Amino acid sequence: MASVTHIIPVQGRVAPAIASRDPAVVRWGLTLVAILTIGVLIVVPVVNVFYQAFAGGLVAYWENLVGDPDTLHSILLTLAVAPVAVVANLIFGVAAAWAIARFQFPGRALLTALIDLPFSVSPVVAGLMLVLLFGMQGYFGPWLRDHGVQIIFATPGLMLATCFVTLPFVARELIPVMEAIGSEEETAAISLGASGWQMFLRVTVPNIKWGLLYGIILCNARAIGEFGAVYVVSGHVTGRTDTMPLRVEKLFQEYNNPASFAVASLLTLLALVTLLVKVVLEHKTRRDLAESARSTSIAGDAS
Amino acid sequence: MSITVKNITKRFGSFTALDDVSLEVPNGSLLALLGPSGSGKTTLLRIIAGLDVPDSGSVLCQDEDVTRQSARDRNVGFVFQHYALFRHMSVFENVAFGMRVRKQPKKLIAERVNELLQLVRLDGLGRRYPAQLSGGQRQRVALARALAIQPKVLLLDEPFGALDAKVRQELRGWLRRLHHEINMTSVFVTHDQEEAFEVADRVVVMNHGRVEQAGAPDEVFEHPANPFVMDFLGNVNVFHGRVQNGRAMLGTMEVACPEYPHQEARPVALYVRPHELDIEHSANGSGSLKARVERVNPAGSVTKVFLLATDFEFGLNVEISPERYVELALKTGDTVYVSPRKVRVFMPEYVI
Repeated sequence: MASVTHIIPVQGRVAPAIASRDPAVVRWGLTLVAILTIGVLIVVPVVNVFYQAFAGGLVAYWENLVGDPDTLHSILLTLAVAPVAVVANLIFGVAAAWAIARFQFPGRALLTALIDLPFSVSPVVAGLMLVLLFGMQGYFGPWLRDHGVQIIFATPGLMLATCFVTLPFVARELIPVMEAIGSEEETAAISLGASGWQMFLRVTVPNIKWGLLYGIILCNARAIGEFGAVYVVSGHVTGRTDTMPLRVEKLFQEYNNPASFAVASLLTLLALVTLLVKVVLEHKTRRDLAESARSTSIAGDAS
Repeated sequence: MSITVKNITKRFGSFTALDDVSLEVPNGSLLALLGPSGSGKTTLLRIIAGLDVPDSGSVLCQDEDVTRQSARDRNVGFVFQHYALFRHMSVFENVAFGMRVRKQPKKLIAERVNELLQLVRLDGLGRRYPAQLSGGQRQRVALARALAIQPKVLLLDEPFGALDAKVRQELRGWLRRLHHEINMTSVFVTHDQEEAFEVADRVVVMNHGRVEQAGAPDEVFEHPANPFVMDFLGNVNVFHGRVQNGRAMLGTMEVACPEYPHQEARPVALYVRPHELDIEHSANGSGSLKARVERVNPAGSVTKVFLLATDFEFGLNVEISPERYVELALKTGDTVYVSPRKVRVFMPEYVI
């Protein structure tokens, strides 16, 4: 054992020595390319969004956000649609991840592949599919009209479209986490007399909580920012079916740049907060996975 | 609480894990399910616990049929092979889990958990997390957790499998004493015959989803029912010879074998354990076999001698006492004569 621990630091010292033998030109050149790309494509535009938004001063900024009833409505609408997508995603994600990670059943591989479909389909196509199903000319359109239900060009359509495009987030985060953790603890809980719900709440949820939260954060960010699918089903009715991203686009088309950038800055801020939470959660999930690997590995040391 | 297993069959797809298995676990006994991997012993344990459902057959606790009862209602303590401790709970909460889900009063839980932690010699470690414990400590947490629900039966799946040799030895003796202390009907699964014989008071040998033999350890060891059991219970030398008129013969070697008194010669397999062979420097009549010393391993409480039977060109394992080894002064290349004190004869249709 002592000889092993002795060898590792020696190797650790050798590895960076090899890497540092690359010529300085290569090292500085690559770093410069990376910094320039990120600067031009990411940092400058993001800073500019805030610069433009606050160009007219704080009062004008506030006025642009709250003073215009249509803009205010778009903010509230987004805040109503996103939670619905998150809840739907949560329920579907946990159920799907559970089924895939815990059971063997015919069609399991197909389900795993289908979960990813919303990621590979263009959001515009997703919106169009909903219109073709629930729109006036769609299959269920006439029946829905007869029963006084409007989905397309109304809030329910926005919710459906948002749910569709965000569907994979929670499931995709949870499947690897649940597979890594395994079902042994859950079996143990049952053998100790726990009911299905007790097992889920006391054993499963604490084990997957960081992955779950991570999935929710990503889902929420996408739900708030979604444009394509929502654009198709919303019909773009100002003050009724415009969400924040749609409002940004509309204000921009109307040459109302300060207002457009004000709403855009709000979306960007949300993105930055999401990014921050994501980094923290990623760190925690990785630590959880490492811990689960450690606790299931064979501990050979004496008691 | 006695357990009776009646004609259990379990298939996983085309693989038959258990094939018409019947078993009796007397009240208060400590029984070992012994067999190679894939012999169905863990599946049987899980069926007794209610974690798996058999395709046919039944499980009885005392006289009550529990085959259709869920694991939750059976009140069976189960210790998992890799312990399956709740990683996000402290040791205390792990042990308390079974009582918490039964909504027992907090004061009672605290009392009983502390009592159990003392029993498994982990008092003071209640606030640690599983990742902070050694393998042996986790094992004992798993045991305390299983005992906390005051089970009628305790089931252990390869309880010492993941531990190193020294800790395993210690825990074996400890489990044996614990069983005497709480006197609970217990079944454990193992692939280690030494472990089964040392800890259990009944041994069930399994292979290919069937019970090969069941009985007290000495009974199974001294009277193996078939070549598989003989082979599985430790090192064995196999000779292929024949029997006739109550004598088994292999070249010049002859052994009395009264179970086979028939006239005509029949081919048989003769099984002799390494410690049941004697080594001499000179032939003693017709009972011995000429051999050459290939290698000697004098380390340990017995001296292991590897021989090559010169007339037949097959290897022999012999175990003699260190005193005998000194007395014989064996060297590599010596010619010696080997004679069995005891042989077991199996007709070849049973030979695997």
